[in-house]
Amino acid sequence: MTKIFTTGFIGLGEKIVAVNDVSFNCKSGEVIGLIGESGSGKTTTARLILKLLSATSGQIFFKGKNIWTIPNREYYRYVQGVFQDPYSSINPVYKVRHLFSNTFNLFGEVSKSELSQRVDDALELVHLEPEEALEKHIDELSGGQLQRILLANSLFVNPDVILTDEPTSMIDASLRVIVLNVIKELSGKHGKLIMFITHDISQAFYVCDRIIVMYRGKIVEQGSAEEVVLSPQHPYTKRLIADVPKLKQKFELSIKG
Amino acid sequence: MLIEAIDVKGYYSIPEGHVHAVDGCTLKLRHEEIVGIAGESGCGKSTFGKLLMGYDKPPLRMVSGIITIDGVNIYDIPRNERKRVWGSTIAMIPQYSMNSLNPTRKARNLIVDAMKEKFGSSVPKNEMIERAKGRFKDLGLSSTALDMYSFELSGGMKQRTVIAISTLLNPKALIVDEPTSALDVSTQRLLLELLYYIVKRKIVGSMIIISHDIASLRQICDSLCIMYAGKIVESADMEKMIEHPLHPYAKLLLDAVVTPEPEIRKRKLEGIPGAPPQLLRPPVGCRFSERCPYVMDRCKSEEPPYSEAEPDRFVACWLY
Repeated sequence: MTKIFTTGFIGLGEKIVAVNDVSFNCKSGEVIGLIGESGSGKTTTARLILKLLSATSGQIFFKGKNIWTIPNREYYRYVQGVFQDPYSSINPVYKVRHLFSNTFNLFGEVSKSELSQRVDDALELVHLEPEEALEKHIDELSGGQLQRILLANSLFVNPDVILTDEPTSMIDASLRVIVLNVIKELSGKHGKLIMFITHDISQAFYVCDRIIVMYRGKIVEQGSAEEVVLSPQHPYTKRLIADVPKLKQKFELSIKG
Repeated sequence: MLIEAIDVKGYYSIPEGHVHAVDGCTLKLRHEEIVGIAGESGCGKSTFGKLLMGYDKPPLRMVSGIITIDGVNIYDIPRNERKRVWGSTIAMIPQYSMNSLNPTRKARNLIVDAMKEKFGSSVPKNEMIERAKGRFKDLGLSSTALDMYSFELSGGMKQRTVIAISTLLNPKALIVDEPTSALDVSTQRLLLELLYYIVKRKIVGSMIIISHDIASLRQICDSLCIMYAGKIVESADMEKMIEHPLHPYAKLLLDAVVTPEPEIRKRKLEGIPGAPPQLLRPPVGCRFSERCPYVMDRCKSEEPPYSEAEPDRFVACWLY
């Protein structure tokens, strides 16, 4: 169980309220979508949960404990983050195998043979062949493969919670679905809490159990994925969904311009 | 027929050889038609767009095939003279063009710059500005916008400025490459509506929109071509394509489109495992055969021809 009650401010000279009185709860085995456009505060919220920033007021609880009372090394065994723009966050010359051993060095309390098994398991969870994947260099991987490797890397630690920010931004449609299905499996089959952070409400609709919609630092709507997307209540949510292109219906087009 | 492209092949020269980026594509664009070209990264759609313009700048080379625009074979015109066709007969709004506006120039000067590049000093400045004012008005921009610096313009206003500049000479055909990447949802919608508008109001004659986003194309295109590994695998009227795609890749790609519609929650979506073939030494036979759920022996050795399966509907597949 993770409980979150957050208010955060980020000052850049002037006070900018990045996250404003945001409160929500999440359970294990759920996929929660945090949806918003740029400036909504969703990434800041993720950073607060990942202890990359501290809240100006409010608290975040993990399994009943305030996250700032949990030592980082322990916290990150339970809560992992996977961010967008994977190319900027890792040394491209590393072999994939190297990436995993680095993670192991940060958290390892596991025998070498168990390590190897865990790595293989993590790769299989994201539908990658261990023998192939481990020997590749990071810069030989496609955007989609890299995003899956990063997911596997966070899984390897066997966390309870994974926060993933725009995990399919670098991927084409045909592969995107495969990654989204992996994310669904991680919560369904493996009982993890996944926080899926994105501007793309369609993807969130497919993958998430619950959706939280953020706008300018505040939560404007939350509920089950079906409730929020098929019967939105807040005007912002309504407009957001109306403006997403669909296959069954077309926008009403006028020639008035 | 405004544009006829027949069996177009365009390759990139690299030290290792030639990348067959566009390897035999046929497309026809009628007057007042909006055609969408969809496909995933590396399928060749942007390259095809450039070739349609007559924009074969090395290392890209037009290898074979014919492209006629308004009856003129564009590759008959020497490359250094093709400029006179660009902007007036055919124009392009390239990918990321919203980001390429010089932020330190006022909008009116961006227009003057664009015009000077085309015409030198043969068109007087005030005439250009008058035209620009008229076009801005058509696109819902007040003439005060002309005096704003481009960094002062909102995303929506930038879009309109870019469209104004590209359409100043009322091109017969406008090619738009990935118009909706990097925009928020509501600005994307506005842009699609604007593109529709400029065709219906005859500011441009016809349009080709290149995009990976099929749901966006669906909103305003009359017909859709789907490209894979340098080839068009299917083209059809938009409604028919959405309802009942014929080519296995088209079918799988459409099945993988995620939208906020109820059907999406009711089933598990299947992606397409694997990856497209590399195009440096393309494989023999159908390029989709390795990933195709309906693959037959024939597919691996013989390439299916792009042929008319139904009236006005073309597919390259041995199933038809």
